[in-house]
Amino acid sequence: MAYNGGAVVAMTGKNCVAIACDKRLGVQAMTVSMEFKKTFQIAPKLFIGLPGLATDVQTLAEKFRFKANMYKLKEERELEPRTFAHLVSSTLYERRFSPWYVEPVIAGLDKENRPFIASADLIGCLDFAEDFSVSGTTSNQLFGMCESLWEPDLEPEELFETISQALMNAVDRDCLSGWGAEVIVITPDKVITRTLKSRQD
Amino acid sequence: MDTLVGITGKDFVITAFDSKAVASITLMKTGEDKSRELNSHALMLFSGEPGDGVHFSEYIERNIKLYGIRHGIELSPKAVASFARRELADSLRSRKPYAVNLLIAGYDVKTDKPSLYWIDHLASSVDVPFAAHGYGGYYCLSVLDRYHRQDITEEEGIKLMQKCIQEIRSRMIMSMPDFIAKIVNKDGIRLVQL
Repeated sequence: MAYNGGAVVAMTGKNCVAIACDKRLGVQAMTVSMEFKKTFQIAPKLFIGLPGLATDVQTLAEKFRFKANMYKLKEERELEPRTFAHLVSSTLYERRFSPWYVEPVIAGLDKENRPFIASADLIGCLDFAEDFSVSGTTSNQLFGMCESLWEPDLEPEELFETISQALMNAVDRDCLSGWGAEVIVITPDKVITRTLKSRQD
Repeated sequence: MDTLVGITGKDFVITAFDSKAVASITLMKTGEDKSRELNSHALMLFSGEPGDGVHFSEYIERNIKLYGIRHGIELSPKAVASFARRELADSLRSRKPYAVNLLIAGYDVKTDKPSLYWIDHLASSVDVPFAAHGYGGYYCLSVLDRYHRQDITEEEGIKLMQKCIQEIRSRMIMSMPDFIAKIVNKDGIRLVQL
């Protein structure tokens, strides 16, 4: 879990959700890439963040894209966040005794545009949250930042500022995360993706 | 442990590997080729478990070449890297995984862009401006952080590679007698004298 490093955080706001990740990929203390994003789009208003072992991040991102596409083709409707969370859970539990080393965070808006966030452990135990979900090597620091910065009913721009500050200040206390960040804010009518420069050390 | 280095420039990728073949503490030979040409514009460098590297890279090479023959169109470097990564990722969770680190240097003739993929023995793959595997990486990554630019020419690329190798030779306790360098550009793959 701490071999490549990485951090993901998701937060709810008023009719919006945000998910953010850092961009580092390293081999223990050696940084290899500063362009390794850990969030992936699953549906127009649904994202998954996959911190953990980079090889499994990539394998699972491909696997979830495949499963979400197959769902859309078979059902002829968009995949709902709650449905996707259970799909993630069963995909991970399938490998109960040789797991994928990832701890996913799911963020999206459902068909009534209600915010949905959830996280899971590496074998798919789901944890639904009303406020925020954190994951990765920076999870302890992120809990502290989110606990002090988050408040209910944030507007999209306020939510962007809150999640960005939470992530940037958390990763500065973690050697294995940082080197840039990506923040995605999902609102009923658009998805806003922004890249943060952040500290490069 | 062997060292692989790769640097991308404006319209080329330069790669280098030490040409030592080692068994335990004994140097068996120098001049060992630790690379395979996957197609006309993609080169794979490998290090790690002796035998695994040759076996894996030749398996990938032949499948990539077969694809080219069957479809009459060559795979792009990105497609080559995705294929190699998936083969390695599947092998990772098999009974006997391949223990190989790879660098895939390629030149995409359609978009006219060079690319370099860093893939480790766990099959994590990233597209990077420069990369290294092995202990040499600890020395030359800092040199590359300081001197690398995205718009360097081939001559500057060769100079930069020499600088990296100079650093490895002067700081690393293992002797690194000779490196072999190869450049991938729009004309294909060629050997260069460092």
